[in-house]
Amino acid sequence: MAEPALRIDGLTKQFGGLPAVADVSLDIMPGERHLLLGPNGAGKTTLFNLICGDLTPTGGSIRLFGSELVGLPPRKRTGHGLARTYQILTLFPHETLCRNVMLALNGLRRDKWRAWAPFGADAALRSEALAILDRVKLADLADRPVSQTAYGDRRRLEIAMALALDPRVLLLDEPLAGLSRDERVMVQELLANLPEEMTVVLIEHDMDVALAFAERITLLHHGRVVTTGSRADIAADPRTREVYLGA
Amino acid sequence: MSARVLPFAVALAAMAMVPLFSTSPFYVNLTSQVAIAAIGALGLNVLVGHAGLNSLGFAVFPGLTAYLVAWLSTVGGIDPVAAALFALGGTMMVSALFALVALRTTGLGFVMITMALCQIVWGAAYRWTSVTGGDNGLSGVPRPGGAWLPLEKPEYFLWLCLIVLALALIQLGRFFDSPLGVALRGTRDQPRRMGAVGYDVWRIRFVAWMLAAAWGAAAGLLYAWYHQFVSPHMMAVTASAEVLLMVVAGGAGTLAGPLIGAALVVLLKNLASIWIDRWVMLLGFTFVVIVLLMPDGIVPGFSRLTAWLKRLRPTPAPKLVPRERADG
Repeated sequence: MAEPALRIDGLTKQFGGLPAVADVSLDIMPGERHLLLGPNGAGKTTLFNLICGDLTPTGGSIRLFGSELVGLPPRKRTGHGLARTYQILTLFPHETLCRNVMLALNGLRRDKWRAWAPFGADAALRSEALAILDRVKLADLADRPVSQTAYGDRRRLEIAMALALDPRVLLLDEPLAGLSRDERVMVQELLANLPEEMTVVLIEHDMDVALAFAERITLLHHGRVVTTGSRADIAADPRTREVYLGA
Repeated sequence: MSARVLPFAVALAAMAMVPLFSTSPFYVNLTSQVAIAAIGALGLNVLVGHAGLNSLGFAVFPGLTAYLVAWLSTVGGIDPVAAALFALGGTMMVSALFALVALRTTGLGFVMITMALCQIVWGAAYRWTSVTGGDNGLSGVPRPGGAWLPLEKPEYFLWLCLIVLALALIQLGRFFDSPLGVALRGTRDQPRRMGAVGYDVWRIRFVAWMLAAAWGAAAGLLYAWYHQFVSPHMMAVTASAEVLLMVVAGGAGTLAGPLIGAALVVLLKNLASIWIDRWVMLLGFTFVVIVLLMPDGIVPGFSRLTAWLKRLRPTPAPKLVPRERADG
């Protein structure tokens, strides 16, 4: 069997005495579309924060294509091919959409240390950014400051920022939160058109979209993995109903 | 010359021409003071305006340089130019060490730690009397130059200050528009995202700190040469607060703001004190008015005012075109 894109082994995070993530083990294969399911407080976002390095685990290991991530700062993990979006929009409000993406593109390049040549004059960087904005259907708003755009546009920019890093593993934290019906369709198409070889881990509460997208699903509850399996397995599993309905 | 550079060029040219119109050295020296204060305020603006790091200990940078150059060129007996180079280098080294401590924090922690670091150096200057002269300071600091460059003359010294100020404006103007400058504001607005897209937030802040230190040091060098005297008061908390006031009043994060703030504080301090004994009250009153009317500072305040005035002017009514002509 091939090496997993993301191998999580015995991962634990305690906040005081409270385990937010408890002994989570999970293998996600390259190119897989994986959904993290679970009620509020199940530990989904905490798991994301552990993977990308915003939080330090109490114990366990996280391997990305075989290399250990635990102990590395977030920026080094990005260098290994990891990117994420945030549930709470994390954008640069004073800059234009194009410059937001340019800033993300520069993150892994040496050019970011240049302190004399103007940032806006880098035509190659700009056209790269425009190509990415085009993928999320925002190219026509490229020169508008983020502060003057609608919420739905910002949600898609959030995805564009992660795509700019050309990640091997992409973590999407509720990319549909707060979107209108039309915008949901747009983002759904965007997700469907992601490169096949890209591994995608998704947290999403919109079950129609999430179930249509994901091949494998992990059900989390109280920070523990309840079950992992294919779409059909999870839907048929009585524990899914139990976790969601408390029955 | 682009429209952005023009106002700065005009302002610097006007300052450079003060000696031609003023017979007394008073106004020439006053202009030098404005220029020196502006260089320091521009340095602090890198931290306050662009890094989002509010420092209440900025005076430590000019203070270190001023004391080093004063000691080296008086007690040490070194040539003023060589002393200046050693002083600048020494300040940068100490600043790098201070960065290791200060940049562990942000927000209120950063305010307190920068103030504490400045207090340590202030305390040394105040109490280590055998070296620093204590409260009496060090006097007789020689200016460099000679027959070919008479820097002891106020007008020549002013022009030196203006050259340094022009260099600061050019370097910082380019820096703020550069990839690194944009990244610095990124670390101010979304440090978490900056880390997530691959930036080393600490190192970017370190560069900002060292840049602020460098222009602070330049201001300190000119300060020591201008007064030819240094005392612990230049590193007191009030001195740091005064620079912060210049940046905030002028407009943090703008290039012109620190310049205008510096002019305002220095002129109020020197001119108002001629007419009013309680000029500090006037200074305080002025800042209350600025903060109430223009909370972002004078420069952003005025650009908002002009935008508002533009909107106020009635837009011309659309021309009525007779129907038959509109068709053709």
